[in-house]
Parts: sequence; C-alpha cells; structure tokens
Amino acid sequence: MAEIEHYTLNFGPQHPAAHGVLRMILEMDGETIERADPHIGLLHRATEKLAEIKPYNHSIGYMDRLDYVSMMCNEHAYVLAIEKLLGVEVPKRAQYIRVLFAEVTRILNHLMWLGAHGLDVGAMTMFLYCFRDREPLMDAYEAVSGTRMHATYYRPGGVYRDLPEVMPQYEKSPWRNEKKLKELNANRQGSLLDFLWDFSENFDASVDEYESLLTENRIWKQRLVGIGVVSPERAFQLGLTGPMLRGSGVAWDLRKMQPYEVYADLDFDIPVGRNGDSYDRYLVRVEEMRQSNKIIRQCIEWLQNNPGPVMIDDHKIAPPKRADVKNDMESLIHHFKLFTEGYCVPEGEAYASVEHPKGEFGIYLLSDGANKPYRLKIRAPGFAHISAMDELTKGHMLADVVAIIGTMDIVFGEIDR
Amino acid sequence: MTEKLLQAVEKHLEDKVLSTRQYLDEITVEVSKENLLLVLSTLSDHDDFQFEQLIDLCGVDYLTYGQDEWSTSEATSSGFERGRESIQPSQTWDKPRYAVVYHLLSVTLNHRIRVRVFVEEDMMIPSVVEIWNGANWFEREAFDLFGILFEGHPDLRRILTDYGFIGHPFRKDFPVIGELEMRYDEEQKQCIYEPVTIEERVSVPKVIRKETTGPVN
Repeated sequence: MAEIEHYTLNFGPQHPAAHGVLRMILEMDGETIERADPHIGLLHRATEKLAEIKPYNHSIGYMDRLDYVSMMCNEHAYVLAIEKLLGVEVPKRAQYIRVLFAEVTRILNHLMWLGAHGLDVGAMTMFLYCFRDREPLMDAYEAVSGTRMHATYYRPGGVYRDLPEVMPQYEKSPWRNEKKLKELNANRQGSLLDFLWDFSENFDASVDEYESLLTENRIWKQRLVGIGVVSPERAFQLGLTGPMLRGSGVAWDLRKMQPYEVYADLDFDIPVGRNGDSYDRYLVRVEEMRQSNKIIRQCIEWLQNNPGPVMIDDHKIAPPKRADVKNDMESLIHHFKLFTEGYCVPEGEAYASVEHPKGEFGIYLLSDGANKPYRLKIRAPGFAHISAMDELTKGHMLADVVAIIGTMDIVFGEIDR
Repeated sequence: MTEKLLQAVEKHLEDKVLSTRQYLDEITVEVSKENLLLVLSTLSDHDDFQFEQLIDLCGVDYLTYGQDEWSTSEATSSGFERGRESIQPSQTWDKPRYAVVYHLLSVTLNHRIRVRVFVEEDMMIPSVVEIWNGANWFEREAFDLFGILFEGHPDLRRILTDYGFIGHPFRKDFPVIGELEMRYDEEQKQCIYEPVTIEERVSVPKVIRKETTGPVN
C-alpha cells in the first residue's frame, strides 16, 4: 500500500464553527495544517453593484446587511462618505447619538463574538450569558429605529429621528404573571437614555462575570495562548486592522488617531496586547467593551442635557417635517423630489473609514455628479483578516483552525459583500 | 497633515507621477503603469512616507462615467430642475476604461494617500503582492470582478463568484440581473443553466444635475 503523507480535508461550507458559509480546503500532514485555502463568496450579493443602480439613500439598508452583527457601524462609514462629498456639517446632537449607537453596536458585536468564540472552543455558558446581555441593546435598537437589527437609522445629515422619550414595555401575556411583568418593566419606566444608563451601570459587572469564567480558565488559556501569533510587522503586511492589529501591540485606533464625530471630546483608552496571540486579542476585545461602556455613559450624560436638532435643515438632502408636507407647497415638492429622485452628489471621490468593531471599515465613494454612486467600494476588515488565514493556521492543529476563525471575528456578510 | 505629505510627494516623486490632486483633505496621485511599482515601493519604504499598510485595492470601470439617463434643464432660478426624457449617451470619458485604485495608510506617520493607475488595453498591471502581502486577495477580487490581470500574482483565481462563473460582473456592461439563471430540470434530473428570462428594470433613472458643486471649489 502506498504511504499517504498529506491529505486534503474539506471544512464547511456548512459547519457550525465556520461562522457562516466559509469553505476551507485544508492540506494536512496528520493533524497538522500545511496549507489552508479559504473559499469565500458563497454569500456574495454584489452589494456594491446594487448600490450603483440606486439613489444614495436606498443603499443605507444594504449597509446593515454587510456585517450583520454590527449594523450601525457599517451605516456610519457610508453616511460619512456621502457627507464628505456633500460637504455637510452634522448637528452636534446627531453626532453624539451616532457615537452612542456606534458604541452600543461595538458591545453588541463583541458580545456576539465572545459568545460564538466561547462556543467554538467549548465554553457553552458564554453563549447564553452574552445573549442575555445583548437583549437590552437590541431593545435599544428597536426603540430608536423600529427594528432589532437592520436599523437604517443613520442618514446623511444626521440620524432618522431623535431618541424616544418612552421605552416600549412588556405587555401582559398568559406566560408571565403580574410580578414578573413588573420586574421586566422595572428599568423601562423612563426614556431610552435612562434604560441605557441602567444597562451601563450593570454592564461592567457582567464583563467581570465573563472574565471570571474565561480569563483564568485553564482550558480557555490552553486553547488560545500562543495560537495564531502575528507580529506587528506581519500584521501591517497582511492588512490587519482593529483588534487584530492591537492584539499585536500596535496602539492604532481611528477613534483616537483620526477622530471623526465627537470622539475627540470623549475620554477613553485603547487597550493593546503584547504577544499577538488569540488570548491577547481576547483580552483586548473584553477591555474594549468596558471602554465602550465608558463612552456610552459620557454620551448619555451629554445627550440628557443638550436637546437640539438631530438632522440638518437642508431639505435637498433631508426630508422636511411631515406636517409641513401637508401644509406647505415647497415642502411637498422637496419631499417628492427627495423620495423619487434623491439628491445629486457633487463629482469627486472620497474615502471615509470608521473604527468598526472588527477593524477599519471604509467606504470609497466615486461620484460622477449623479443621484447614484458611480462606484462604491466597501473595504471590509474581515476580508483582509481571512486572507491571512493560511499564514495564521500553518503548523497548527485542526482544532486550532476553529479557534483562529473565532479570534478573527469573521462575519460573512461583510467578507463576501 | 496632508500639507506635509503633499510636499513630500512633490519632493520625492515629482517626475514619477502624472498628477497630484488634493481634494477634501485627501491626496490622490495618478501614476503610469511603468512607474507604478517604483512609486508604490517608494511610498512603502521611504522615511517621509512609511505607508506600511495597503488598506484597500479596487478596480473601477469608467465606461459610463458622466452619462445620465435624463437630461435636465432649469425650471426656475432657485427651484428644482425639471427632468425630461432623453436617452442619448454622450461620451465624456477620454481616458482608458479601467483603473485600479490603491488606498494606503501609514500608521507611523498617521496619513493616507490614494494612488490611481489606468489600465491599458492589455488589461495587465504589475502585482503589488511583493510590497504588501495583503494585496493578494484584493487583487484576486479585482481580477474576478473586472478582469484586470495582475502580473506576478502568485495565485490569480476567482474569489467571490461561483465556481465556473463566466464574465466579470462588476463591469458596467454586465447586466445587474446577470446573464444566466439556474433551475432544476425534472427531465434531465439535474441543475441546468439558461439565459435569464427576466428583463432589467430601472427604478430610478440616473440624473446628473449640473448645478451641484462640491464643498471645496
């Protein structure tokens, strides 16, 4: 019998640890990976091409569906790019709301990542804990935009509407009694900001809880320490950004280095790792959640004291008030033109990027002066990260591939676009 | 920040770039294909640039640039222009049809630059994988979607489209609804591909309003 040294293993595309539809062809020597060839594109929807045939505002909803666990951050980069080309100044309150929700989204994303990563590596409890804490944030999304996930809340010129004064409450049902109902609604008596404040007061304790389960956990450390090590030089070469870069000890965060919106006025720190392995990236992301919580609290305090407009007053870009549309001819025309034709963006090109929970999420927008983008390029952080898969997995065991997929925080919506 | 970079570009690359433009605090440099690798490696290695990261690489197809589906004329001096039906595409683009755009980031010096190179008829462009290893997949994507060939790329395969896909879907002359549709055929007991049976539909026509001007002009 011929001696077989290497063999090829097909991983995915339907695999619970593949975080979506990742297919990998693994060339293996025993249980050691010799070469990993990820096949992507199974979720390719040509978002960029679809955006070319639609007025600008129609594509905001598509942005939510890119990285579908950090919805508003995707929108953020898109509206920033449009605003840059239009030369629009966004009201201060809208900027604070955007930052508030960008950080809420970061926590949502990291909780999803932590739960799924834990599950991949064998910590079942994490998944349940993380989803418990995601729930109030999802409710905040719903209160402000009407949907739990695909918000379409950020608009060029501001945000769709101001924060609600009342929080929706749980209603009576045969499955919960009066006492339970009161308990569920206890933190929903005030406005959305009061609700988020209540969340932020308890969240640090929740993070402590996760850390007590994982940080010193022997199994967790055995699975993560020394796995998928990236040196800062290689991280630059491979185009890694976000926590993947910070885990290697590079203190680079767009919120600090190239501040957009009101990040320059806020007080927060950038956590960095030291060894560039999966464990350090875990520590970085956990600390990022605490920092996001800190930013959320600063935003809430500011927003509670500073009412004001949340959208620019230019009806060529932002729709007029509903009441005006009923009574005022000009508003009616503005409304009609805006929702049929949209607005024309001056000829030129712009690149806008935000510190997305996964890394640098950028939008390159090329306009020829029309009401639709001429070319829209989405720079997805996950795309660069997963292209480093081969280098990160080389020499590791098969089981470590799952840990590395987890540490990259892969979501296929943004990679395949 | 951009001023300093602009000076550095003028100092070190003046004779190697075709044009330099600063707009909206972003610097765009246009390079010829012959000088591309030289300019990019200078940008990557020189002390005044230190662009250690290739943030993005993408293809652009300029086939229908500046062509609108409606011509417009002004109704009142301050009001909206009226849209009228007239589909007579005018040729407004006189440069080569395809371009590749590079976005570079320097973490050390905290600045960005955009480099554009136009692709000639032969569709060949030197690969930058040697300078930034992360370019590998970005170049595969540009090849897949636009058909741009990267000379010296180690593994130029399709990446986003299906196995066995024909054509380059992000070209402007590739229909949004695609060219083939697939269904399961009961008689042949297999999936078959046929030309699409649906018609392409424009929900909102493309309009270019002449009076829109940018923030910096």
